[in-house]
Amino acid sequence: MAKSYGYRRFLRGTQPAYDFPFYASTAKRHPTRPLVIAPQTLSEITGPVFGHDDVKPTDSDLTRQHRGEPIGERIIVSGRVLEESGKPVPHTLVEVWQANAAGRYPHKADRHDAPLDPNFSGAGRTVTDARGRYQFITIRPGEYPWRNHYNAWRPAHIHFSLFGRAFLTRLVTQMYFPGDPLLTLDPMYMSIPDAKARRRLVSTFDLEHTVPEHALAYRFDIVLRGREATPRERA
Amino acid sequence: MRLVASGSQTVGPYLHIGLTWLNTDRIAGPGMKGERVVIQGRLLDGDGVGVSDGLVEIWQANAAGRYAHPADRQQKALEKGFRGFGRIPTDARGRFRFSTVKPGRVPGPGGKLQAPHLNVTVFMRGLLKQLSTRIYFPGDAANAQDPLLHRVPAARRSTLVARRRARGVLEWNIVLQGRDETVFFDF
Repeated sequence: MAKSYGYRRFLRGTQPAYDFPFYASTAKRHPTRPLVIAPQTLSEITGPVFGHDDVKPTDSDLTRQHRGEPIGERIIVSGRVLEESGKPVPHTLVEVWQANAAGRYPHKADRHDAPLDPNFSGAGRTVTDARGRYQFITIRPGEYPWRNHYNAWRPAHIHFSLFGRAFLTRLVTQMYFPGDPLLTLDPMYMSIPDAKARRRLVSTFDLEHTVPEHALAYRFDIVLRGREATPRERA
Repeated sequence: MRLVASGSQTVGPYLHIGLTWLNTDRIAGPGMKGERVVIQGRLLDGDGVGVSDGLVEIWQANAAGRYAHPADRQQKALEKGFRGFGRIPTDARGRFRFSTVKPGRVPGPGGKLQAPHLNVTVFMRGLLKQLSTRIYFPGDAANAQDPLLHRVPAARRSTLVARRRARGVLEWNIVLQGRDETVFFDF
């Protein structure tokens, strides 16, 4: 009997399939053979450790990275990074990137005819505090067209990248905004089969963190894979 | 409280904006012990075309077989400054290249040692959820007994083993589809 490290496998329907024809680029970029189910070893339950020394305070304020203020609606995005058990994930790296208020990225691959903002790069990072909390100050990203299908538009979103405690808890996802009419038309959002799981990628309006006369706030909690409640034995 | 893990989404085509700051293609600095190795390869799509907007992340133990992580409680030396992490974007032709040291053996299921390997996570536009795989080293006698390689159908094991190109230079490609499709793991 070998002890399993016991990170829970994903619940059915809560993760996207690799092959999702509505998102055309998956066609040539998904594995066609089944993944090989493998035991979790020390290699998977460890992962790179980043700390508060790896980031600067200004890294989490995307409105203060240039000489002037970016154009757009200033917002505060905050939340907690949690394990499935509900336990916070403290001191873990959170990376974000997003389009500017006009829906344009400062990237050579972005040819959308919308203005760049010299005061907005759209990249941020922070490390969660002892209670797993993080906060970014940014501007609300714009929607933008893409060529996946006729009249395709991405809903407003912020990309999130997290590590958690282990290489197997690595997560890249996107945060969406409540009430966005583009959500149900979006192949990426709709790639998650379970409607409840999809909705968890939509932030909520957060009156508590709203700063009067300054900025609206949105709350976005992120849940990483966690261990089974009790260690299990496997053959 | 029982929560459900958040759903994965693609990194999209503009991943570099948020992720480049942490790019690292020299995983082991000059002060690190071990056999130096350069690993190079390409990330290839179903048409055999290089993926120009991909990202490869590496996680590895040091030459003694110790991870720079609190869950690794082995009594093995860990050099100061060794993190064991690499992040390498693919170039316009889908190529990636990094230098490191060959890791030592780390325990696997039942405490049995695994063959030396690098843990690899792959991201790209068109991929809704990351892929996990491993790089093993050619000619290492431990490969024959490795518990994870043993899970892989024999005909596909070679996709996980790098090929020697020159002294200290290995080649390992990530093939997403087709006859030589790389083995990806579900942990």
